[in-house]
Amino acid sequence: MSAHHTDTLAPATQGEDDRTTEVPKLELIGVGKEFRTKRTTTQALSGITLSISDGEFVAVIGRSGCGKTTLLRTLAGLLSPSEGRILVEGKPLWSGSTVDSSVVSQLGVVFQEANLFPWYSVADNIALPLKLRGDDKRYRHERACELAELVGLQGFEKSYPRELSGGMRQRVAIARALSTHPKLLLMDEPFGALDALTRERMNLELQRIALAARATVVFVTHDITEAVFLGDRVVQLSPRPGRISEIRPITFARPRDMDVQTEPRFGAIVRELRHALDGEG
Amino acid sequence: MSKERFSKLLPWISTPLILIVFFLLWDLFVRVNDMSELVLPRPGTVFTALGEVVSNPETWAHARVTAMETIGGFAIALVCGIAVGAVLGKVRWIERSLRPLIVASQVVPKVALIPLFVIWFGFGMTSKVIMSAMLAFFPIMLNVQLGVRSVESGQRDVMKALNASRWQTFKHLELKSTMPYVFAGMEVGIVFAIIGTIVGEYLGGSEGLGYLVVRTLNELDAPALFAVIILLSVLGLLLYFLVNGLKRFFIPWHESVYSQHDVNG
Repeated sequence: MSAHHTDTLAPATQGEDDRTTEVPKLELIGVGKEFRTKRTTTQALSGITLSISDGEFVAVIGRSGCGKTTLLRTLAGLLSPSEGRILVEGKPLWSGSTVDSSVVSQLGVVFQEANLFPWYSVADNIALPLKLRGDDKRYRHERACELAELVGLQGFEKSYPRELSGGMRQRVAIARALSTHPKLLLMDEPFGALDALTRERMNLELQRIALAARATVVFVTHDITEAVFLGDRVVQLSPRPGRISEIRPITFARPRDMDVQTEPRFGAIVRELRHALDGEG
Repeated sequence: MSKERFSKLLPWISTPLILIVFFLLWDLFVRVNDMSELVLPRPGTVFTALGEVVSNPETWAHARVTAMETIGGFAIALVCGIAVGAVLGKVRWIERSLRPLIVASQVVPKVALIPLFVIWFGFGMTSKVIMSAMLAFFPIMLNVQLGVRSVESGQRDVMKALNASRWQTFKHLELKSTMPYVFAGMEVGIVFAIIGTIVGEYLGGSEGLGYLVVRTLNELDAPALFAVIILLSVLGLLLYFLVNGLKRFFIPWHESVYSQHDVNG
């Protein structure tokens, strides 16, 4: 199986040099993941093939347990896929079960929890990736201030995480993920723990931030409205095994505001996606 | 006065008030029951005796011995407790294989070993230092073990997703999130260290405040006995506040520090 994969992929890798501009930001080819316990084998993901281009915002939806988080964790280099290939700008993220750290360093990840470090100030939390990378203090400070402003937290640089609200903490987490200028931003239900109003505001903010940073984003959520509002494409996963059941392009002009949600076309798309999800049982 | 300021000042007002009421009741109790001052001296007598004890330079020599034994034992317990706790927290199979022994050694009344220590290490400071180290070791070790294990998996994911090396993960995450547990262990440990020292001094030797307690008892000098106990309490308080101060300095970000800060100023 793996030999077959290498064969079919060899020409594509060769051809990549002459048309670098067309190499997708992120490419998944037949990605699958199996979890094995003593008694059972669970196929969490199967045959995920998807290509995401530069600056695209892809929202991934599905019922809980359909493998959304598993997918994101394999993309983030936290969980090795059992089969298939993941390419970031043409470079494989995984070789076997070891992750290529030079590829991981081009990713930014935001989790459901902000996971800030309470012993560091907001600025130090934002600049942590830069510190780990070995950037000097002045640059770190500059970048932290710049990002604090981008996510709407100017004036809070010296505060500590405990002094911030849930929404503000998640903004810090987003700023931290953006600090290294990642080629790809991966988000796993980043606003899942927030209340509905804060969530709406964060969605608007995220759109603004993603446009300003010209980020390519993979955004996992279980909220269909959120996915349709944010995504250039909505990828729907169906469970057991998790595989792509539909890819839906969303064409509303950007920047979108909350009013877009009242458009009949928006409602129609949400309704169709919901029916499709319900139909899976 | 604002509510906030009042709650800040409250302990400074309530503590002396409670103490005054306590001493008044004590005095009343002795007078009403017409008790012998040999059994329970009146507070006034105790304070006079305290003045005498404090003005005697010999007392300070004893206090210094007790303080040194306690700090020495505590330091040994701290180093060993952190080292052993970290290893047991990190390496599961070692913890598994040693767990029965650790539980057993915790249950052993360690104070009962003092006569042995006196036989082995003599009546000098060594036997007391070892006793205080043994008592302080367990709370520190157990807390460190717990702390090493309780690093949040979400924060670990962040470090992994950032390509952090093992050293970086230790420095920025594991060390920092274990610190509150180290200090929690230290706060219990310092109290245990004092107990170890004093019990050690009770049972053997001719130095230290614990010895002074025994000597005043043998002289049937109850007021002086009470005075020495007060001195011991003050020594304990000082050492506890020292550890607490270190905690405030090293982990100002931690809940146990800033919530305490909000209440007590």
